[in-house]
Amino acid sequence: MTGRPLVDWGWVVGHLDDIALATLQHLGIAALAVGAGFAVSFGLALWSVRDRRVYGPITAISGILYTIPSLALFAVLVPFTGLSVVTVEIPLVAYTLLILVRNIVAGFDAVPADVLEAANGMGYTRGQRLLQVELPLAIPLIIAGLRLASVSTIGLVTVGSLIGDAFGGLGVLIKDGIAAFFPTKIYVGAALSVALAFGADIAFIRLQRALTPWARARISGR
Amino acid sequence: MSEPVLPQAGLRFGPPPDAGRDARDNAGPAARDNPRPDAQDNARPDPRPDAQPDARRAATVEFEHVTKVYGPADRRTAEARPPAAVSDLSFVVPAGNICVLVGPSGCGKTTSLKMVNRLIEPTSGRILIDGVDIATEEVTALRRRIGYVIQQVGLFPHLTIGENVAVVPRLLGWSPVRQRERADELLALVGLDPARDRDRYPAVLSGGERQRVGVARALAADPPVMLMDEPFGAVDPIVRDRLQNEFLRLQDELAKTILFVTHDVDEAIKLGDLVAVMAQGGVLAQFGPPEEILASPASDFVARFVGADRGLKRLSLSRVADLELDPVGGRGPGRGPGPDTAGTTAAATPDLPVVEPETTLKDALSILLDAGAEAGLVVDRAGRPLGLVRVETITARMRT
Repeated sequence: MTGRPLVDWGWVVGHLDDIALATLQHLGIAALAVGAGFAVSFGLALWSVRDRRVYGPITAISGILYTIPSLALFAVLVPFTGLSVVTVEIPLVAYTLLILVRNIVAGFDAVPADVLEAANGMGYTRGQRLLQVELPLAIPLIIAGLRLASVSTIGLVTVGSLIGDAFGGLGVLIKDGIAAFFPTKIYVGAALSVALAFGADIAFIRLQRALTPWARARISGR
Repeated sequence: MSEPVLPQAGLRFGPPPDAGRDARDNAGPAARDNPRPDAQDNARPDPRPDAQPDARRAATVEFEHVTKVYGPADRRTAEARPPAAVSDLSFVVPAGNICVLVGPSGCGKTTSLKMVNRLIEPTSGRILIDGVDIATEEVTALRRRIGYVIQQVGLFPHLTIGENVAVVPRLLGWSPVRQRERADELLALVGLDPARDRDRYPAVLSGGERQRVGVARALAADPPVMLMDEPFGAVDPIVRDRLQNEFLRLQDELAKTILFVTHDVDEAIKLGDLVAVMAQGGVLAQFGPPEEILASPASDFVARFVGADRGLKRLSLSRVADLELDPVGGRGPGRGPGPDTAGTTAAATPDLPVVEPETTLKDALSILLDAGAEAGLVVDRAGRPLGLVRVETITARMRT
């Protein structure tokens, strides 16, 4: 290894388009997983809020899913879904459920009882109350869940490279780097994956600020 | 917090023509010694013809044998039934009256209140608003025309103060411009500054201000009926007293039918045109104007609940002007000497404490006792003596 630089910048400059493509693919796979996971989790969370009895089983099942290693899950899924993007997305979506369901339920639980009573007493319908009162007030905890889920998903996308070069995003760079004893690819893949995770986190923080102007009033308004 | 500015005139949503008059005429027993003498004048119709397109007059609220039993409703045997939260409650609150439901905790007063906007459904019996059984109405529509104020206020933290006030108008589909105008009008009415507070969030408000916004929000769609569940219970005594006084002044202008829940007898007596004393199990122990409750409690329970000092409490319902005053300086009897006696009286009664005709008898007695005087000089606004008020005259009033 002596004499060789840690990162071969010449290769990086020569393969900017490949790197950009892998990064976009990585982001796309992660976004799809978090988006689908959020949709499923939101439904499960609403069900849990309406009927508390299902909350225990839902968290238990999503907890068990969370403990299954992704490699094992791939092995189980490949016979059914083949070497496809679906095989990659199913574990990624499954891993978001635990975090997202818990946070969304916690968000709805955090809506103060007096606010709900006032909303009922003033004649909100159930749907209006949910969309106009409960959902906005649950946003801080929902977004906290999305931040955790997106960061962990962005890290996990790399294992999708085991299914195929079209499904691993930056993981493909890392895999190739390991196979070819070419550290530059490993460093670039890892660094960009970390950068994506940071970027997603910051984006969600911004989103939360934009959606909850009243939370700032609470801090600065004293 | 600065002293709130109360609106002087030009309310756009006062009761429609004759509503205030109806309210007071129907008041019956509530027409007590008129502690709010300007009520009728303020209830005059707004001269602007377009001022109140959808103003409604205050409504009569009637409980008819209302019972609420929690738990399985299908149990028929008496011994298997859980105790009732509200038992066979019947009373009528005439339009424009404040009826205070008061009693110890667990007496079903809040349950009774929540049955009016159907947050709780009665097990049996009916509640009528202006003769219409509320069970026949669509529940959200019913709630949107009943103002609702709770102790914890329940302001929406994610909406601005102006948006909070305009919640029911928005649910009713008013135009944004009209919602905003209405919110500004009501913020001013409850003593907040629309320009400053409209676009802020509730988190910046003090407890008293929050409760004012809560009242403004309940009034927003000009509901004929208001339900208030211990609205002043969570603020300190000084703020509470001020909110109560503002509330009474507001009611003079608005003449709503108000059902008001409290556990505080003094508050009930101060605010109520009618007081419903409730006992454990949701039984109506006594219903009537406050002076009647104080003067002749219907049972030991009521007597104990209103307190051993009910004689003193009665004094706060009357004012010095209600008494037969003794003449000043040995002149003939009558309600005040001529103006020419002003100078001589002051000289003749140099050490007497001075009270005003509007002073409550309770405060007057306190002033006299503090001063160690047997009598006090009653003077009008201009300082002219009207007569003497004696300790024994006041204490005699306690016993009748």
